[in-house]
Amino acid sequence: MEKILITGGRVIDPANQFDSQADVLLAAGQVARIGTHLSASADRHIDATGKIVCPGLIDLHVHFREPGDEEEETIASGSAAAVAGGFTSVVCMPNTTPPIDEATAVEYVHRMGRQARKTFIYVMGALTKDRAGQELSEIGLMHQAGAVGFTDDGSGVQNTAVMLRAMKYASMFNTLVAQHCQDNTLIKDGVMNSGYHSTVLGLPGMDPLGEELMLWRDVQLVRKTGVRYHAQHISTAGAVEIIRQAKRDGLPVSCEVTPHHLLLTEDCVMDYDTYFKVNPPLRTAADVQAIREAVREGLVDALATDHAPHLQSEKELEFLAAPFGIASLECALPLYRKALIDTGLTDWMGMLAMLTCRPAKILGIDKGRIGPGDRADVAIIDPNAEWVIDAEAFYSKSRNSPYHGWTVKGKVLATMVAGEIRYFCPEWSSIKQ
Amino acid sequence: MKKTAFQWMRKHLIGLRDLSREELEFILDTADGFAEISTRSIKKAPTLRGKVVVNMFFEDSTRTRNSFTLAAGRLSADVIEFTKKSSAVNKGETLVDTARNLEAMGVDIIVIRHSAGGAPTLLSRSINACVVNAGDGYHEHPTQALLDVYTIRQVRGRLDGLKIGIVGDIAHSRVARSNIYAMTKLGAEVTLIGPPTLMPPHVRDLPVRVSNSLDNVIEELDVINMLRIQFERMGGNPFPSVREYSHFFALTAERMKRAKPDITVMHPGPLNRGVEIESEVADGPNSVILRQVANGLAIRMAVLFLVNQAAMQTESSKS
Repeated sequence: MEKILITGGRVIDPANQFDSQADVLLAAGQVARIGTHLSASADRHIDATGKIVCPGLIDLHVHFREPGDEEEETIASGSAAAVAGGFTSVVCMPNTTPPIDEATAVEYVHRMGRQARKTFIYVMGALTKDRAGQELSEIGLMHQAGAVGFTDDGSGVQNTAVMLRAMKYASMFNTLVAQHCQDNTLIKDGVMNSGYHSTVLGLPGMDPLGEELMLWRDVQLVRKTGVRYHAQHISTAGAVEIIRQAKRDGLPVSCEVTPHHLLLTEDCVMDYDTYFKVNPPLRTAADVQAIREAVREGLVDALATDHAPHLQSEKELEFLAAPFGIASLECALPLYRKALIDTGLTDWMGMLAMLTCRPAKILGIDKGRIGPGDRADVAIIDPNAEWVIDAEAFYSKSRNSPYHGWTVKGKVLATMVAGEIRYFCPEWSSIKQ
Repeated sequence: MKKTAFQWMRKHLIGLRDLSREELEFILDTADGFAEISTRSIKKAPTLRGKVVVNMFFEDSTRTRNSFTLAAGRLSADVIEFTKKSSAVNKGETLVDTARNLEAMGVDIIVIRHSAGGAPTLLSRSINACVVNAGDGYHEHPTQALLDVYTIRQVRGRLDGLKIGIVGDIAHSRVARSNIYAMTKLGAEVTLIGPPTLMPPHVRDLPVRVSNSLDNVIEELDVINMLRIQFERMGGNPFPSVREYSHFFALTAERMKRAKPDITVMHPGPLNRGVEIESEVADGPNSVILRQVANGLAIRMAVLFLVNQAAMQTESSKS
């Protein structure tokens, strides 16, 4: 395995609170040394002057559609998109066809991930069989097979007794229970946020209460069971308040937010543009403000794309019939920068923490830091490079990006996984042999 | 001929929300001209000769479809009827593909009725033909509202200062939405009347008043528009029983006694007699329900004429 020497970069490693100009030597798949003016011999020398060198990013919420919907994305195409976005570890959601609700399915996803040889692929198992919200899935066996958490993502577990049982059972393995909070009895066939805009468009709305009631219920169940609980893609001001209270009470509750809930509002769907149809829906400016404030307060543990690829032809349907989802793995980093750094809510150290060590901690995986001896998962970022997002150039199989044509700042130049270069920006020519 | 500075520019009519008062009045004035044709012994004008209009109806409709067919026929257009039941989950050919196929056959105007709000918007983005919305989900039903305000103008002279009540299932009504935009832009004051369970979210952000009691407001109304209770569109049971609904919100002969003597009674049809309106009222002297239907024809002729004219102007300005 080749030795790689990355020199002159600004090394930011949130896990170790390290932020300083330094050289990094990668050898044997590990971070061998970090220091100034390293003069080690290397097979490859990367001049990272003016760039950020940080732990490879972690996204704990992606949909790679395999098995079942390989025309939208495969684990291979999704993995290629991931490393292009700087991600060295991603967590696939179990709402595939069939769903990932038993150990062989978990192993299948892992195997396809290894074959793709791009990013580390993790998977969450379904909390209930067939994601039907009725019977517990084989949580223990999937846990042993390496599932990093359990969720019925795509929908929440509606039945309170089932959820309580699942949490109690999962607590035996000290594994993570994650939830897409949404009370279906309130949401019904909703396709966007419920409010003035849904009234004007004549579309069934999704009441913010639907998200908040389930989250509040779950927090009470955490109080009772002590299970580690993760609220997926929170989207409302009320949800932020519930998280704030849960954390104040010292409960083992974490949460994630997406780029779209940080940047976009329900106004975007006023032209029935299905590229903005997403679940949970885009909410109001006040909700966006509350979520940004939550980031500033440190209440948000992880940034997650909820990368949800869909075919063009599906997104060309009527707004009611089009599927939910936005594909954003490859442009997530500059979007986060725009929402969080350009607004002064946090700095690179704070933002990268939500993309590295903090999600690693939620997942209980030994990733997300680059001290000596750590696995050499590394991203090199040009924090100031301006570029135009071009969905046509995505490695992802899908193009459903509402960000197409946006001019953004911050570009992933190289991604190394276990010491191997798995992505190298074609426009970056400063690599030296 | 009177020279007017105003020129109609829209090749699609999707909704009334974006229309100005001037545009609305222009449509109504244009309809006045077409109303005259219906009084002739030969009820035909050559205005759309050589043009093809397709009625794409993905939802049941008798009144609106027949009205559009007749309107296009009177303007000498060729009319294709296309009906297909749509479902929430789309199977088979997509809406856009269907429309592109029709367009390939040389269709000039697509009149679309669809159960999904936004379907006409989607079409207008995807094809070159003119798109006229004949009702989409509970988004808008512009020609219905135009014929409503046309009828009111005919009966009352103008809308300015009129107090208009719209009663019933506002939440699931495209007619109510288009009505609100047209009536308020033309100067009327609109009150929505019904139980809170039939009001849409954030209804108070619309330029309306809201009342949960028909009895409290009926005395002040100049016009009352009774919406049909659409059992097929309401989820759950937004009111306990038809009996209870009628008790509080039906326009009965008894309630009419407390209304202004010259109140104008409207209904977009089809009627649920005995549910939202009693037969005695629907067929009574204050009712303009059949006049609404008759006026629908003139309005639809005007709309087809105007969108086609706008399309031809864009064509000629290109060449």
